Amino acid sequence: MSDDMVNLEVDGRPVQARKGQMIIEVTDAVGAYVPRFCYHEKLSIAANCRMCLVQVEKAPKPLPACATPVGEGMKIFTRSPYAIAAQKATMEFLLINHPLDCPICDQGGECELQDLAMGYGRDVSRYTEKKRVVKDKDIGPLVSTDMTRCIHCTRCVRFGQEIAGIPELGTTHRGENMKISTYIEKSIDHELSANIIDLCPVGALNNKPYRYSARAWEIEQRATVAPHDCVGSNIYAHVLRGTVKRIVPRPNEAVNETWISDRDRFSYEAIYSADRLTTPRVRENGEWRDTDWESALKLLAEKLQAAGKDAGILLSPSSTTEEAYLLAKIAGHLGSPNIDHRLRRQDFSDQDNDPEAPLLGLEIAALEQVDGAFVVGSSIRREAPILAHRLRKAALRGARVSFACPEPESYHFGVHEYLSDAGLLTELAGVAAAAGCASNPSVRDLLAGVSATAAQQRVAASLSEAGSSVVLLGAIAERHPAAAALRTLAAAIAGATDSALGYVSEGANSVGASLAGALPHREAGGAARGAKGRCAAEIATGKGPALLLFGAEPGPDVPAFASEKRGYGFVAACTPFRSDALEASADLLLPVGTFAETSGTYVNCEGRWQSFAGVARPVGEARPGWKVLRVLGNLLDAPDFDYENSEEVRDELSAHLGSTPPKGGYAGGGKPVKAGAGSDDARRLDVPMYQVDGLVRRATALQRTPEAIRGREGC
Amino acid sequence: MNTLRAYIKTFVLWELWQGLSITLRNLFRPSITVQYPEDKTPQSVRFRGLHALRRYPNGEERCIACKLCEAVCPALAITIESDVAADGTRRTTRYDIDLFKCIYCGFCEEACPVDAIVETRIHEYYMEKPGENIMTKDKLLAIGDKYDAMISADKAADARYR
Repeated sequence: MSDDMVNLEVDGRPVQARKGQMIIEVTDAVGAYVPRFCYHEKLSIAANCRMCLVQVEKAPKPLPACATPVGEGMKIFTRSPYAIAAQKATMEFLLINHPLDCPICDQGGECELQDLAMGYGRDVSRYTEKKRVVKDKDIGPLVSTDMTRCIHCTRCVRFGQEIAGIPELGTTHRGENMKISTYIEKSIDHELSANIIDLCPVGALNNKPYRYSARAWEIEQRATVAPHDCVGSNIYAHVLRGTVKRIVPRPNEAVNETWISDRDRFSYEAIYSADRLTTPRVRENGEWRDTDWESALKLLAEKLQAAGKDAGILLSPSSTTEEAYLLAKIAGHLGSPNIDHRLRRQDFSDQDNDPEAPLLGLEIAALEQVDGAFVVGSSIRREAPILAHRLRKAALRGARVSFACPEPESYHFGVHEYLSDAGLLTELAGVAAAAGCASNPSVRDLLAGVSATAAQQRVAASLSEAGSSVVLLGAIAERHPAAAALRTLAAAIAGATDSALGYVSEGANSVGASLAGALPHREAGGAARGAKGRCAAEIATGKGPALLLFGAEPGPDVPAFASEKRGYGFVAACTPFRSDALEASADLLLPVGTFAETSGTYVNCEGRWQSFAGVARPVGEARPGWKVLRVLGNLLDAPDFDYENSEEVRDELSAHLGSTPPKGGYAGGGKPVKAGAGSDDARRLDVPMYQVDGLVRRATALQRTPEAIRGREGC
Repeated sequence: MNTLRAYIKTFVLWELWQGLSITLRNLFRPSITVQYPEDKTPQSVRFRGLHALRRYPNGEERCIACKLCEAVCPALAITIESDVAADGTRRTTRYDIDLFKCIYCGFCEEACPVDAIVETRIHEYYMEKPGENIMTKDKLLAIGDKYDAMISADKAADARYR
């Protein structure tokens, strides 16, 4: 036995534990449940609810299991009459000021206090004095408050301090007058802040859009994957009679731990927005009218067949892998290489250097273990809040995390350097010069005459001195007019400092779409196409007989596509939503399901394939995208298109890809790149957090947040 | 001997006379037939008949959409949808009871924390068209309003046993 282990006894069972472990960790490990409210394994120990009192032999009083370290020879009794009496007494005190409004409380049925009161509460209250009443706070459109129900466990306070990094909630006063509040009246704005809903053991903090709409016992919990960022957070959709009522996190330590971003949590509201397209619609002589699926698909097939190799296909990077693969297959059947999912990218000059898929370069969980990180062109808090949380954990561990971004952004940890003054390209060139890349032939031209500033030198040093480090290219870098130069420089820096190079890619499934061959220059699996097609920007601004937009709206999603002067004879859109821009530019609208209504697979930025089933009943006549494409393929007489479920599509693709994992990084070595023209006008490059896709744009509660209002005004 | 007795009984129609004696006895007893619908049998205040939704004396709906009746209903006859009302309270937007599914067990009444759903003594009702078996919230509230005096009296009479 090593020195750092101790022997103890839990309820008469001999147990070994690490020195310094708390009693509650040991009892949890051996399955002896100790009731608790304030203890949470992801948060620090507060020991202020006192519910976890247990009996320890020779201790003069019951001890809180969550705050008592184990000791050699300790004898712990979790179910002895002495321990139970202590727990019952605590429960009686907790219930003194807790209102008896379980029938109208949304937490009813899934409430930790309610559950434990069944085991530890008295049936009749002995308390006849006045109960405390606390005024509710308005803390924004996402979280509802009923502060009278609060039992002061301070999980929400500790979440703000430790996880979000910004103490949005705090306690004032003491004893019976203790209150949880935002100090001055304000909303809670952190992009992870709605996780306090799950943390709150009672009904004090609850989901505002979900308020009063369903009960915990009547909803079905169905697993799915969040569709807004490249993390692919694991979520559960809570479904009542076929409609999604709310989204909660599905714990997965490798991806999102137990957290999800507010965007993932509240975007489901858009599924039932008034903008949902419920029937196929066709424009005839300038007038829109409803039509049926059969004739709509026939019309689309006819037009695509006629267009042949000149047809263009643009798909959203949040389409499922199956949809991307089927679209690529349809394009292949038509003989058209004009298919792309990189809708907001401007600089395609280096697309042959792109990796097989824009991977993160390391596992998401490994991100918190790096010693140095350099995030280029990314408001990573907005783009992928979960990755930002991992980086924050790394920084708190002592990693030096630097940023180069034209957009100002505050991070709630000690940022090593924030390079924003001189423009992205200049700053990056400075760092590359400091990292000693001047001899690298690919960037020699870019570094001519560049001398590094002190800050740039510190960034380079932080990477080269780090044991493990990573250079991340974000969406602003991806959208930058001089993106090729940025990527080459970042690759050179990563090479010179022995760092991993990774991408924080756009949408939920850029990786999957790249692997599936939804690219003009590559087929599924990464083989170069014989005839190169037009890239997204050229398709959007180009001319041709027919264009198919899949899940992308002209304007916000395809900024290059101007509906007034479209160059296509026929434009069809498979979309869950209608929009003015779509009705102005398209001739045919086909309603497809959102992420909740379709089965499919998202491949996240670390290359993890996450399949999910449809969780909700499609709205109106909307159909899952892969089914629409399957029938379209049949109508086009494409061979091998008789899929019966989306798993067959996925399996066909994964068999085609083989078992070798896709390569990330950047193959820019050797070939010199010229600095492209164009400034980094942050306003144009940055897509606000709550504008990234059609779902979040229509999520009413999210759109009422200050962040969304700022984003709309900025656009 | 027994065989002989059985033969005699068979020939004198003994069992027939035995049965007819019951008929004869009842011929002279007072009749217990109730001339329904002119006359009715007495009912318990706990009779479980048609449902009603009650209001408070100030006219406010009692039901708070806690959905406990829906959860307890063994026949899955109750369907509730709820939302935040204009005044911020928790209210039902739909409260349907399918009378074809209902087995009149009274669990909904037992489960209700605010005595909103009750089973009244009304048992004389009928449906003519499909769909009339669904008691909507409006219909249930109307019954509650109409028979409020009776329901209140019944509840008061039974209160001491609860």
